[in-house]
Amino acid sequence: MPYDPEMVRPMREELSSAGVQELTTIEEVDASFAQSGTQLLVINSVCGCAAGGARPGVLLALKHSVQPDRATTVFAGQDLDAVNAARAKMADFPPSSPCLALFKDGEVVHFVPRHMIEGRDAQSIAFDLVEAFDKHCVAAS
Amino acid sequence: MGTFHDDKGELHGITVVVETTGPRTYIGRCFEETEQGIVLLDVDFHDPAEHDKTKDEYLQHAVKFGQWKKLAKFVVPNDEVAKVQRLAELAP
Repeated sequence: MPYDPEMVRPMREELSSAGVQELTTIEEVDASFAQSGTQLLVINSVCGCAAGGARPGVLLALKHSVQPDRATTVFAGQDLDAVNAARAKMADFPPSSPCLALFKDGEVVHFVPRHMIEGRDAQSIAFDLVEAFDKHCVAAS
Repeated sequence: MGTFHDDKGELHGITVVVETTGPRTYIGRCFEETEQGIVLLDVDFHDPAEHDKTKDEYLQHAVKFGQWKKLAKFVVPNDEVAKVQRLAELAP
């Protein structure tokens, strides 16, 4: 049973207010992944490690000069179909939430599983993402 | 904002590796440590009798990708626990 939408709204807005696109349906997930280029996918969740590490880490990383073409998010335990559709794009990876994945032309090129978020501060998570952005994404001209 | 369960111990919500006195090594998200044992959620395990990979290979794969859930919940009895550490600590 999905979480109360009102309970998770602030957790969603923490990312969406910073320009991270919410994908809430299968159609939105498929349309996003049909595009070429680089895409950050955040599987957001109600967990404390999402609040303390994943979301603030993503927000810090999105201030870096090199960015993926798209930053997107689905919410575990809330948008069940969208989360399943997103996880199907990285079927070789065990499902966990929160987790972070950077895709290039639909393939996972960098993955941060939940256990690499737990207990880490936002700066460490951001640094991990920034390194991946520098390696796989193209700086805006 | 998040969920906090301060009464569950410092490993609550943390993905841990539990090495046992027997052949099995468990990976799971620690829910709590009780008098009966360590309660793990979303549990995978390595058993040399069932796996082609060595324990080290299994752990290194888990560090990189995470663990597949074989069991929703499992309690490792305290008298079988040899060592507990965070999975992330095994990262190179």
